[in-house]
Amino acid sequence: MRIWVEGVGLEPDPLEGQTQVLNMGPQHPGTHGVLRVVLTLEGEVIVRAEPHVGYVHTGIEKNLEYKPYQQGVTLTDRIEYTSASCNNLAFVLPIEKLLGIEIPPRATILRVIWAELSRLSGHLIWVGNHAIDLGAMSVFLYAFREREWIMDLHEMAAGTRMMPSYIRVGGVYYDIPEGWVEKCRAFCKLLPGRLDEYEDLLTANPIWLVRTQDVGKIDAETAIAMGLSGPSIRACGVPWDVRKSDPYCDYETYDFDVPIGEHGDVYDRYLVRVAEMRQSVRIIEQALDRLEPGPVMTPEPSVGRPPKAQVYTKMEELIYHFLLVTEGFHVPAGEAYVPTEGAKGEVGFYIVSDGSNRPYKAHMRAPSFVNLQSLETMAKGHMVPDLIAIIASIDLILGEVDR
Amino acid sequence: MRIPSRRANPVSLPAYAGEVLARIQAAFSHAVESSPSVDWPTLVVDRASVVDVCRFCRDEPALLFNFLTDVTGVDWLGRSPRFEVVYHLFSLSFNRRMRLKVRLPEDDPKLPTTIGVWPTANWHEREVFDMYGIVFEGHPNLQKILTPDFMEGHPLRKDFPLGDEEIWDAEGGSIVQPPGSYRPVDPEGVKRFR
Repeated sequence: MRIWVEGVGLEPDPLEGQTQVLNMGPQHPGTHGVLRVVLTLEGEVIVRAEPHVGYVHTGIEKNLEYKPYQQGVTLTDRIEYTSASCNNLAFVLPIEKLLGIEIPPRATILRVIWAELSRLSGHLIWVGNHAIDLGAMSVFLYAFREREWIMDLHEMAAGTRMMPSYIRVGGVYYDIPEGWVEKCRAFCKLLPGRLDEYEDLLTANPIWLVRTQDVGKIDAETAIAMGLSGPSIRACGVPWDVRKSDPYCDYETYDFDVPIGEHGDVYDRYLVRVAEMRQSVRIIEQALDRLEPGPVMTPEPSVGRPPKAQVYTKMEELIYHFLLVTEGFHVPAGEAYVPTEGAKGEVGFYIVSDGSNRPYKAHMRAPSFVNLQSLETMAKGHMVPDLIAIIASIDLILGEVDR
Repeated sequence: MRIPSRRANPVSLPAYAGEVLARIQAAFSHAVESSPSVDWPTLVVDRASVVDVCRFCRDEPALLFNFLTDVTGVDWLGRSPRFEVVYHLFSLSFNRRMRLKVRLPEDDPKLPTTIGVWPTANWHEREVFDMYGIVFEGHPNLQKILTPDFMEGHPLRKDFPLGDEEIWDAEGGSIVQPPGSYRPVDPEGVKRFR
């Protein structure tokens, strides 16, 4: 580049080739939490973007080693708090694999509904935050309005809004209350129309297109090498969804499509996630049709909570109840990893049991943590404002990055 | 009294387990041995040949484990060898999964890095280093990733002391650290963080 110097004419830019370092975060609204990115800039162009994480490291994996299995479920909510049930599911599946217990069909269907509801919740928060990061304020408000339905559904069945811990080892917590199915159906009916409204605001919006298309591109080969998963890798054209490749909770029996992108840029990641929300609604509707009355907790008395009426009147149930509350169940020694599709990518817990009532080791494969590694690849050569769009499009939850 | 576990682990290895294990064992007969598992085919790899085995798993046309899902460690305190590094691999081409394990002695917890095979191993290995103190030789940026810089020790080790919170000593009338608790090296840093 050359610059105009008064009285001299065009001269070479004295700053040409020089870089400066800019610290972004950890207290920056565009980083979705406490992410710090150390940027090396040439002018306004990003040469390097090095993420520094760990600001909200709370030692959840260490904590899980000191809690009975059933108590650990409540900690997994806190890892990825926007789609908590997906994490609950990922945590209980390997434990159930080690225990070798069967889950009642009604509980399996309820798990699918809750996992999809929490995927919707995560994606709704993402679309709102992504839009507000790029200056579209109204989508944020609308998305949170719809998310409120999911929070109400959580509250009706589990008692809490954000951290339901509804999915437990052996099944689900209590059965859903009266009126829940109707409310869930009403939500499924309402959401596709609302998604159309968001798309009216964003999908063909010229400002949105300029800010997102061809920004943060990553090709399929690099994405696989960098371990991207979930919507971020599907936006690159890799047709991989754990619900299809390693089905759990009878996902293979549901009729749904996996949206695939083409260019691997921010815009395609947006399209894939919005399309995924429509598929989640489809899955929930099918699951609601399948719901039949029945037990929601495994009849295995060493794992599932016995019915309260029997605890009051029968000896053995009383003993089991007491032991489950005071000590929890013991899991046979071994190790298991069950991959599941979370809202951000592949979530899986690697559980090692030594035969006691607590995990000897519980490690979470955190998709946000792995996906964040690709930030530098995506951001290289772009402007600083594009970095905000890229961070939002990877859909980071810093609680999950740091655990 | 302890609640009896009614059933032992049901072994449900996928159908391809035998083929995958046989292929790798045929190529690295001296360096790998299969390990019992209830879910995915599992191999224990000699640490000297971990990179070769990983590269073979990725490039062999019949395996193509091109996706590194996860790397983590396990601390078997009291056993020898003490540490275990666990790799979970996934093949997008064949939709197969497998697990590799490397066992490391307590006094020399070192193994070569696999960044050259899967670039995603970068942060995974940093996390294992941070949590267990396992050194990945050849890693370009082996620094702590999750814990603060001033903190000493590796928190997921089983002998890492628990209880960092100060407690109120009623008799002495002061705030004390519980015995055996971890003390940060840099008191100034602690003041800044609290």
